[in-house]
Amino acid sequence: MPLVRSLMRLSTIALALRGLRKTFDRPAVDGLDLTVYGGEFYALVGPNGAGKTTTLRMVTGLLRPDAGSIVLDGIDALADPIAAKQVTAWVSDESMIYDKLTPFEYLEFVGGLWRMDPRLAEAQARELLDILGLMPHAHERCEGFSKGMRQKVALAGALVHEPKLIILDEPLTGLDAASARQVKTVLHKRVRAGNTVIMTTHILDVAERMADRIGIIARGRLIAEGTLKELHRQTGQSGTLEDTFLTLVATEAA
Amino acid sequence: MSQAGSIAWLAAHELRLSWRDGLALMTAGRRRRAINVIIALAVFAVAMHFFANWFVSRYADVNLSADVPVLIALTGTLIVSWSLLLSQAMESVTRAFYARSDLELILTSPVSTRKVFAVRMARIAVSTVLLAVLLAAPFVDVLAYRGGVRWLGAFGVVAGMGAVATAVALALTIALFRLVGAKRTRLIAQILAAVIGAAFVIALQVAAIFSSGSLSRFAALQSEWVVAHAPGLGTAFWWPARAVLGDPVALIAVMAASAAILIGTIVLFSRRFGDHALAAAGVSSGAVRQRQRSRFRAASQRRALRRKEWMLLRRDPWLVSQTLMQVLYLLPPALLLWITFGDGNEAFVIIIPVIVMAAGQLAGGLAWLTISAEDAPDFVMSAPIAPRSILLAKIEAVIGMVAMIFAPMALLLALDSVRASVILALGILIASASSTLIQLAFRVQAKRSQFRRRQTSSRIATFAEAFSSISWAAAAAMAADGTWFFLLPAFVALAILGGVRLISPPRD
Repeated sequence: MPLVRSLMRLSTIALALRGLRKTFDRPAVDGLDLTVYGGEFYALVGPNGAGKTTTLRMVTGLLRPDAGSIVLDGIDALADPIAAKQVTAWVSDESMIYDKLTPFEYLEFVGGLWRMDPRLAEAQARELLDILGLMPHAHERCEGFSKGMRQKVALAGALVHEPKLIILDEPLTGLDAASARQVKTVLHKRVRAGNTVIMTTHILDVAERMADRIGIIARGRLIAEGTLKELHRQTGQSGTLEDTFLTLVATEAA
Repeated sequence: MSQAGSIAWLAAHELRLSWRDGLALMTAGRRRRAINVIIALAVFAVAMHFFANWFVSRYADVNLSADVPVLIALTGTLIVSWSLLLSQAMESVTRAFYARSDLELILTSPVSTRKVFAVRMARIAVSTVLLAVLLAAPFVDVLAYRGGVRWLGAFGVVAGMGAVATAVALALTIALFRLVGAKRTRLIAQILAAVIGAAFVIALQVAAIFSSGSLSRFAALQSEWVVAHAPGLGTAFWWPARAVLGDPVALIAVMAASAAILIGTIVLFSRRFGDHALAAAGVSSGAVRQRQRSRFRAASQRRALRRKEWMLLRRDPWLVSQTLMQVLYLLPPALLLWITFGDGNEAFVIIIPVIVMAAGQLAGGLAWLTISAEDAPDFVMSAPIAPRSILLAKIEAVIGMVAMIFAPMALLLALDSVRASVILALGILIASASSTLIQLAFRVQAKRSQFRRRQTSSRIATFAEAFSSISWAAAAAMAADGTWFFLLPAFVALAILGGVRLISPPRD
């Protein structure tokens, strides 16, 4: 039965990008096609300036694309951004929290923005604060928190409204080993519960160990995609993801 | 070139930082604005000279034979000006204590900490003195042009006032550190700076109201009681005023005493400055616990946003002191309102525009904080709420705060005149809404800590906000007076809003 459930989940498309384009001074995203399935942990990797963050900012409705389509859990995100945002969570590398609020107040605010029942929001908040080791600090203002604690508060804010699609931009940057493990554990739990996680990272070991599939993006286009084995096949190498990644990016640049 | 680590070398470093800080404050960090700033400053200087000519030229003939009432008026002016300098110096000293930027570098370097902080205190003094001299220059220039070079001694007095203001600010801040500790000093010093900035003006106005029922600043100072109890003409109390009038001995005494007070303060406190700065740096990373609430409260999206804005503002004492500074100036008109109950429309005509203008200015500051200085803009934009609803919630938060502050005044007025109260309430609402719309039109993403610089990020917004508030204030005053001419300033205010809409940057 678990296998059947997994297959059923993967048959649904959590995110479909078609011909996505965004140009600033130069094309940042250049006709990107990408499909992520429900219940999948997808890592998007690429060199600096490859277009990863721009892509995710368009998916989360923070940037409007010049062309292309974005479909999130069957919802056309460009036609109905509010409905798309209702099922999505966004965590950036700069923790998006308020210094003068406590984690408890922050999560209450998030619950209000996502129109949650306060009792459900509170139950979720308490559970997340507990899992992320923030309960002793639940009523302290975030202004005195370390980078890791701030990032965990932001993650709790992203998960408290039970999003179907969790989008994270470099969520592990600057975290110590213990905090990074807590974050990874929480994300894995969500994937096992049927949610979809899309994450950009520069830490290729993390992508290698955590992701079901990896997409490599360069110059705004997807240059390779698949499991680690599939990526190895494409390059004819059998080393680490780092070796494969460097080969693919060098080939693209040549 | 001075030797590295010497006082001269450190002073050059501090002056460079001061210069760049000042430049950034005026140009909002944009290089291409430098030429515009120079032109604007030149225009401002010329305009200030015209204003000074209108304001003080009639006093150019006052000389050393002046009687006690004249000396009282002059000394009163100096004290009021000094209170503003003290406020400015206290803010600078507090910022120097709590800015962590290079503290660790300085304290881990092999340079004498005492020397570094002595130079830093001197830098604050130089900034305060320069500000004082620049602000006084148009008035002194006009007096010297009309009444002779003897008036140039006023520059020395003003510089001395700046030096003493810095010394007192240093002593007050260090005393606060010792009395209440590093944690509370910041809050108290910031509020104290704001209160001092307004206190003397307010105190004189309150005294004037009680003595003659008018808002004239010097009415109380000219009263018989004050003149009768003033020190004798030969006493040192009048030296600053006599120095301004051209007494060279008094000028030398004032300047020497000011320099001695400043140098003495620096020598006395430079060693402790480092200890207190370290203590202050440690405070910012401490945990602040809030009252534990047991349950999440139900809220619509807009209510959640409004609640968040109010909570953030309430918890930032620096912002509270900066924004409430404008409200402090309302105390005298509120008092006037209270003691002139039942005197008919005349009093209303005086106080309604003051309150309406203050509301407009306060709303502008609050609107900047809620609309431009959102700490987590991406997070809020990623929520399932339409951008229009986010803006509406923020506007409601601003208007709500303004209403909370000003509603008691309107209600008090309603007890005497419902018509005047309605006019006041409408004036407050419209002026606040206009300032908010102007901030909305020129919104740029910023940090709350940049509040002091908000006026330089868009000068058009600043001027539009000021002129809009003035116009609505004039309209409210004329409406209260019962004349249909109130439509004229109202039309000007609407034209300002129309102009803002035309020239504001386009939005996606």
